[in-house]
Amino acid sequence: MLAYILRRLLGMIPTLLVISMLVFVIIQLPPGDYLESYIAELESQGESVDEQKIAFLREEYGLDRPLYEQYLAWLGGMLQGDFGYSFEYSLPVTEVVGDRLFLTVLISVVTILFTWVIAFPIGIYSATHQYSWGDYGLSFLGFIGLATPNFLLALVMLYFANVYFGTSIGGLMAAEYIDAPWSMDKMISVLEHLWIPVVVIGTSGTAGMIRRLRANLLDELQKQYVVTGRAKGLPPGKLLIKYPLRVSLNFFIADIGNLLPTVISGAEIVAVVMSLPTTGPILLAALQSQDMYLAGSFLMFLAVLTVFGVLVSDIALAILDPRIRLQGDMDK
Amino acid sequence: MLLSIENLAVDFRLHGNPVPAVRDVSFSVCPGETVALVGESGSGKSVTAQAVMGILPRAAEITAGQILYTDPSEHGKTVDIAALEPESESMRQIRGSSISIIFQEPMTSLSPVHTIGDQISEALFLHRDASFKEGIKLTEEMLRHVGFPDPVRALRMYPFELSGGLRQRAMIAMAMICHPTLLIADEPTTALDVTIQARILKLIRELQNELGMALLLITHDLGVVANMADEVVVMYHGKIVESGPLKTLFNQPEHPYLKALMNAVPRFDMAEGERLVPVREIELVTGTIGLDKKPWSKESRQLPHLRVEDLSKSYSLRSGNWLSAKSSQMLAVDNVSFEVQQGECFGLVGESGCGKTTLSKIIMRAVKPDTGKIEYNNRGQLIDVRALNGEELMAFRQKMQFIFQDPFSALSPRMTIFDILREPLIVHKTGDQQVQRETTTELMRMVGLDPRFLNRYPHSFSGGQRQRIGIARALALRPDLLICDEPVSALDVSIQAQVLNLLKDLQQELGLTYIFISHNLAVINYIADRIAVMCCGRIVEMAPREILFANPIHPYTRALLSAVPHPELNQPLDFDAITDGAASEPSLWSAPFTIDGNTPMAFLSLGDGHFVRAAANCNASDLAA
Repeated sequence: MLAYILRRLLGMIPTLLVISMLVFVIIQLPPGDYLESYIAELESQGESVDEQKIAFLREEYGLDRPLYEQYLAWLGGMLQGDFGYSFEYSLPVTEVVGDRLFLTVLISVVTILFTWVIAFPIGIYSATHQYSWGDYGLSFLGFIGLATPNFLLALVMLYFANVYFGTSIGGLMAAEYIDAPWSMDKMISVLEHLWIPVVVIGTSGTAGMIRRLRANLLDELQKQYVVTGRAKGLPPGKLLIKYPLRVSLNFFIADIGNLLPTVISGAEIVAVVMSLPTTGPILLAALQSQDMYLAGSFLMFLAVLTVFGVLVSDIALAILDPRIRLQGDMDK
Repeated sequence: MLLSIENLAVDFRLHGNPVPAVRDVSFSVCPGETVALVGESGSGKSVTAQAVMGILPRAAEITAGQILYTDPSEHGKTVDIAALEPESESMRQIRGSSISIIFQEPMTSLSPVHTIGDQISEALFLHRDASFKEGIKLTEEMLRHVGFPDPVRALRMYPFELSGGLRQRAMIAMAMICHPTLLIADEPTTALDVTIQARILKLIRELQNELGMALLLITHDLGVVANMADEVVVMYHGKIVESGPLKTLFNQPEHPYLKALMNAVPRFDMAEGERLVPVREIELVTGTIGLDKKPWSKESRQLPHLRVEDLSKSYSLRSGNWLSAKSSQMLAVDNVSFEVQQGECFGLVGESGCGKTTLSKIIMRAVKPDTGKIEYNNRGQLIDVRALNGEELMAFRQKMQFIFQDPFSALSPRMTIFDILREPLIVHKTGDQQVQRETTTELMRMVGLDPRFLNRYPHSFSGGQRQRIGIARALALRPDLLICDEPVSALDVSIQAQVLNLLKDLQQELGLTYIFISHNLAVINYIADRIAVMCCGRIVEMAPREILFANPIHPYTRALLSAVPHPELNQPLDFDAITDGAASEPSLWSAPFTIDGNTPMAFLSLGDGHFVRAAANCNASDLAA
């Protein structure tokens, strides 16, 4: 098992290298670079452009060097914890991201927990009461949840919160805590605001999870080993939890790797709509203005999360399912 | 009386309408007795068993009758199971404790993610007052009892780590752990090889004698019935058509269905040329297909139709990954040579995993062998099959066609029968649309199906009908050689005879050559002219049919033959002679048949086309004695 994890960790290195190359190339794909967009913007505003400053910047950040050199410099920097410099903010990337990264992770984790807590009981109920009124009703709600785009739900909630309660639910904390250092009160304020984006971001994921859990559990409930369990005289509840539910957990664990990037990228747009102080809006702006180091670091962050998510789910699967754990070694 | 079923009726609700599955079924089981419930699939025998266990599917419902169970340990208290709520406390106490069940498919009947020990001890902890330690101890004893070589290790093993036979033993251990008074065995050996079947039947009998438990055996195999049952109940279309003691029923069957069933089973003592009488016979209508072919000339028949020489194929088993690659070799087909004459049926017998299917795939050019030669005789013109490529290979494909084992997965559910039958014609650009349409119509008639069914989809046909469609598809290109890979093993006995007769008639009518693969010796005996016995990738014995069955030489062939349950009362299985293991383990065969890797082996001729694999240095005449 330990050797397996070690091997998997080693295997992540080439994966991440390839991803970093792709990320870098894709960011560089649009014509021009940040400085050119910057010049164009200045000129359109009628301001004069300081040629010397531009030339200095170009050299400072190696924008005049060939692509592969830029890439190697960026990669080398990242390995030492230097994620580069954001042109837009004139700050190192780490400082721009800072708190926002933490809040993004917080929202994502809470959203995933929310998804599980809601989806599990409903999925189990739907599967065990197939074609009942409860199943139909919950399925209907689930489909509505699936079909509603996150950002639309966010807009609707913003509107109703404003009209009926007269409050703005945008943001993640009360105004006085923005830029304030972390404290107990700030934390509480964050938690108070957290539930709305969590519901907004989590709805479609929850609905999807319910559908998949129901389908998987229904498949397992048909299986012969469930009949064997019944034939032993197991009470229905115990039977359900020990056998079909246990086996149908596989898909759910395998989903973790998928869940992290989906939740985070889904959250980006909602974050823009609800003006959440997470990484979403910054990423969008960075991509628009070709602020390459900032955008690149964000995308790498997403990639690392995905790769780790897959690793975690694979390890969890191996622990949970003996077929995966043992079958690899069987043919020795 | 332990169990007494009276006028039981079970309905299935389909789209709101009740469909009768079991009607007016009454029989009883005495303590310690074995009752066999016989019938084809869909006759309601499994539904009856499920009703007794209270594990009917959700759509099914007991509409009338009583299932009276008298528990001897509870001072003869009688309960009506039919009246109990299936999930009620009192029903659950009977289920798995006093009455237990084993199923047909041991792989799917066990949970893949729980250990054997966990699954077996579960019933014990549910029904008996046992501490964890005692429970594990009892489970271990039970595992030893059902023949696990290392029960302590088995406790922590998962079902997928066990062979089919051991899985079924684990299943039996699970059913027996609470020492039930009645064991229901629903086709307990149908999915197993014949030697393993014999061992499992022996085990069930031994346990039954020891614990004095009654057995309700559900099966469609009359051979198993003849060897196990005291009483027989025959079901047909949800009703009992005949019942009584084994002897009376086998010697004087009265109901036409039972008589028909008995005539439909291939037996070993059939007279030369005797035909099976299927429950429902099909009329053979041959049109012009195949008859317009140029007949084989005398010279061209001198050479064998197919010659296979020294074919070997090994698979490397990979484990680890690219950082620590380890691989080992497994010989799937080991140095196999044989000849098939034009117009003969060459039988290939062996248990699952012996390499017979791999061999057939190599001949079809679907799998590439490591070494060896395949020579095909195309009416006098010799073709080296392994050297064919491109156009030539395409043209050759028409000569040799395949019939698959599972008629359900062999036909695409998204194509109509017309499309299925026409596909080979399109692939090989045979005829225009009009001709193709006529050909499909004729093919349908040939296999006894109404051409009006051409626009239906496979799901509207029964297993036997689907297999006939598979045969029609194989015939579409007018091949000369057909490879039939277990074509009847997925079918009911009554349908088996029908398909076997069809294959026989087609062979006669169209002058086909068959390679017929089967694990069922009675079927091979009925259809094949010459038989090769395979074990562990090798042909161990090859002989004309009569000689092989009259005078088997190789220990594996003997073990195989002695394990077949005959549907006759005067040829009972010799349970004492059945030993565990040994039979299919080449290193345990007696000398000079032992394969230990050091002794050079050869295929020795005993005369009359009888060959056996033995040590190269031994005298062939000694073996025959």
